Amino acid sequence: MMRPLMDREWFAPVVAPLVVGTLLLGLWQFCCREFQIPIYLFPAPSDIAQSLLENWPDLLHALGSTLKITFAAFALATTLGVATAFLFIQSRWIEMSLLPYAVLLQVTPIVAVAPLIIILVKNTPLALTACATVIALFPIISNTTIGLRSVDPGLLAYFRMNKVGRAQTLWRLRVPSALPFFMAGLRISSGLALIGAVVAEFVAGTGGRSAGLAYEILQSGFQLDIPRMFAALLLITVTGVVLFGLMVGLDRLLLGHWHDSAAKTER
Amino acid sequence: MNDFSAPITDVPVVDVLSAEKIFANGFRGLAPIDLSIQRGAFVSLIGPSGCGKSTLLKLIANLIEPSDGRVQWWRGDFSKVGQAGRQLAFVFQDPTLMPWARVENNVRLPLDFAGVDKAAARTRVEAALEQVELTQAARRYPRQLSGGMRMRVSIARALVTDPDLLLMDEPFGALDEFTRNRLDEDLARLSWERGLTSVFVTHSIYEAVFLSSHIIVMAAAPGRVFAEFSVDEPRPRGEEFRASARFAALCRDLSALLSDASFASRG
Ligand SMILES: Nc1ncnc2c1ncn2[C@@H]1O[C@H](COP(=O)(O)OP(=O)(O)OP(=O)(O)O)[C@@H](O)[C@H]1O
Ligand SMILES: [Mg+2]
Repeated sequence: MMRPLMDREWFAPVVAPLVVGTLLLGLWQFCCREFQIPIYLFPAPSDIAQSLLENWPDLLHALGSTLKITFAAFALATTLGVATAFLFIQSRWIEMSLLPYAVLLQVTPIVAVAPLIIILVKNTPLALTACATVIALFPIISNTTIGLRSVDPGLLAYFRMNKVGRAQTLWRLRVPSALPFFMAGLRISSGLALIGAVVAEFVAGTGGRSAGLAYEILQSGFQLDIPRMFAALLLITVTGVVLFGLMVGLDRLLLGHWHDSAAKTER
Repeated sequence: MNDFSAPITDVPVVDVLSAEKIFANGFRGLAPIDLSIQRGAFVSLIGPSGCGKSTLLKLIANLIEPSDGRVQWWRGDFSKVGQAGRQLAFVFQDPTLMPWARVENNVRLPLDFAGVDKAAARTRVEAALEQVELTQAARRYPRQLSGGMRMRVSIARALVTDPDLLLMDEPFGALDEFTRNRLDEDLARLSWERGLTSVFVTHSIYEAVFLSSHIIVMAAAPGRVFAEFSVDEPRPRGEEFRASARFAALCRDLSALLSDASFASRG
C-alpha cells in the first residue's frame, strides 16, 4: 500500500518552505497592486517575472559570466586551500610562519583590495577570479588543516605500532578523517566564491562581453529598470541555492554511510 | 625478576627490565617493574582501576616509552617485532575502528599494511570474522554495530594477522556474561592451538583464572606488581574447569589477593 504523502520523508522539507514562499509571494503581489506601489519603487513578482522573460538572453549571458568566475574561483580556492593545508601539517613551523598571512588575507575586506587587484591584473576575468578566490580560500585552508590534524589518537597509535609510513598514514588515515571537515569548508567556500565573484564585478564595473550579473544590477539601477534589477538578483540567489544543494548532495555521497553529520539518525 | 617457567621454555617473548613510567605531568604511573613472559604463556594483569595495567600493556606494545629501564622483545629491540614469527597485535580498551570503512575493510587493514594479496586477504578476513561470529556484519559500518560487536571487530582485526604476541586491554569488558564466557573459551582454545603468547588486562577474577597460566596482581600509588599467581591447570581448558571446585578455590584465592592489593593501593 502507498504511504500517505504527508509521511514521506521528503514531503515536509520540500512542501513546507514552498507553501511559505507561495504565501509570501501572494502577499507581496497583493500589496503592490492594492496600494498601487509604482513599479520603479518596488515591483511586484509578476513584473519581475515579466522582466526576466523579456531580458532573458542578456541575463542568461550575464549569468554565464558570473558562473564562470564563481566556478573558476571555487576550483582554485579548493586546490590552493587543500595544498596549503597539506603544507601546514608537514610541520608546526611551516604553519606558524604562514598562518598569520592566511589570516591577514582573510580579515582584509576584499572590497578594499579589489580595485588594486583590478588595476594590477589587466585581464578582467582573471582579476575577478583572483578576487573571488581570495574570499573563498580561507575556510578551505582552516577546515582542511583542522581535519588533517583531527585524527583519532587511538588509530594513530595503531598505525604507529604497525610501523606504517607517513605517506600511507596520510592517505589511509588523515585524509578520510579530514573529509567531513573539508566538506564543511567546501560548503562555506562555495557560497563565498559566488559572493566574491559578484562583489568583484561590482567593483570592476565591467561591461561588454564579460559583463556579469552585478553589472546587470548596476546598469538597471542607472536606468531605473527596477524589475530587471530584481530579476538579476533572483538569478544570483537561485545560483547560490543550487550551489548549496550541490554541496549537500556531495556531502551525502561521500559521508552518508559513516559520518554523523550526513547519516540519518535513528530514533 | 619474575621468571615464569611456563610449560614451554624458550627465549622469552617479552622482558620488562626495571621499566618505570613517569608521565609528562610528573605523575608516577609505574614504579620500576621487572617481568619476563615466556612463549606460550597467557599472562593476565588484574588490579584496581587506575593502577597502571593499561600503562604496562602500552609499554609492552611500544605505544609509550619507559622513562627509565627498558623493554625487550625476543631479546632484542622493537625492530624484532614484525619479523616472521614475531607478529604483534594489540586490542585497545576501545574498539578504535575506522568509522569510514566497512567491517571487512577494518579487519583487513593490517593485511593491507603487510601487502597481502587480495584473494589471500579475503579468506583470512572471512575466517577472522567467523571466529568472532560477525560474518553477517561484514558489509556494515562501525556505527551500525553495538558496542560489543565493535569490540569483536577489533579482536578480529588482531586475529587476522595470525599474531605471535597478542596484547589485549579488557577486550570483553563491554560484553554480557554469556558472550564473554563463550569468547573466553574461544580465546583459550585459539591461544593454545596457535601457541600464542598473550598479555590480557581484565577486571574479572573468573576470566583471569579461566584463561591464564599466570596472573599478575597489580597495586596502585605507584603502579607496581603486588603479587603473582600461577594457575597450573592443564590447558586447553573448557567448561568443565569453570565448573570445578578447583576453579572456585582459585577464584577465592585471587579475590583475597586482589582485596589486599586494593587495600595497599590506598597508601
Ligand atoms: N597520559 C597520562 N598522563 C598522566 N597520567 C596518566 C596518563 N595516562 C594514565 N595516567 C594515570 O596513570 C594511572 C594508570 O593509568 P592506566 O590507564 O594504566 O590505569 P588502568 O590500570 O588501566 O585502569 P583501568 O582499569 O581503569 O583501565 C592512572 O592513575 C592515570 O590517571
Ligand atoms: Mg585500562
